[in-house]
Amino acid sequence: MAPDIEAVAEQVFTALADPSRRAILAALASGGPATATDLAGRLPITRQAIAKHLALLAVAGLVTGEQGERRRVRYRLRSAPMQLAQQFMAALARDWDGPLAGLKDHLDRSA
Amino acid sequence: MGFPDRIERTIELAHPPSKVWAALTTAEGLGEWFGDEATIDLRPGGAAQLRWDRGLTVEVRVELVEEPTVFGFTWQLPNLPEDDPRRTYVEFTLEPRGTGTRLSVVETGFAQLPQDAYRDEYDSHVRGWARELGELAAYVNGA
Repeated sequence: MAPDIEAVAEQVFTALADPSRRAILAALASGGPATATDLAGRLPITRQAIAKHLALLAVAGLVTGEQGERRRVRYRLRSAPMQLAQQFMAALARDWDGPLAGLKDHLDRSA
Repeated sequence: MGFPDRIERTIELAHPPSKVWAALTTAEGLGEWFGDEATIDLRPGGAAQLRWDRGLTVEVRVELVEEPTVFGFTWQLPNLPEDDPRRTYVEFTLEPRGTGTRLSVVETGFAQLPQDAYRDEYDSHVRGWARELGELAAYVNGA
């Protein structure tokens, strides 16, 4: 197991713990790439706060900046760290206790 | 945080390994206790499918068949898109215990990297971001 998987997942969960950052990610997911100014027009968050959150999201690898019009940075969603965090949740979501109890019942019933 | 790569369970069953083996490796058995309906081609590389009435279908690939001791298969991580290549490996081991069976199930592979290129891509992204940060700062300060 590579140690950086855990670090990436932790950054994703830290990023998602904040409602403003969730709103920014949701806006990029639903509306596509956008500048901090675009996002400020759509969300009840100041442009300065959005810029700060975007910087953190970029460090976590959840958004990536690209040159937009008039030298403004346009941000797009990056799914790779999210896919990695999904694996952590997948391990928690995998239920073996239910099926194994079902197997026991099945064998006892058909005895 | 502790990223779990491995899930392990052991149960004692009051039935002989041959009977447990049938429940684990036949369409009839799997469709009773695991899914609501199942198909299986029981040989390494064979395909199996588990279906649930609530609308879920899971594609399984049989990997290891050592009757009546070891049955292994791979399947997708839960809740991921169908074209996602990541799979976990599940192995059932049956040990006779008196007249019954000790059954253990081990599932591994939750902490695998999504793709080989991931690390490189991530690193190059972080380096690239150092440049972007300068532009961001200029933008915020100049605005």
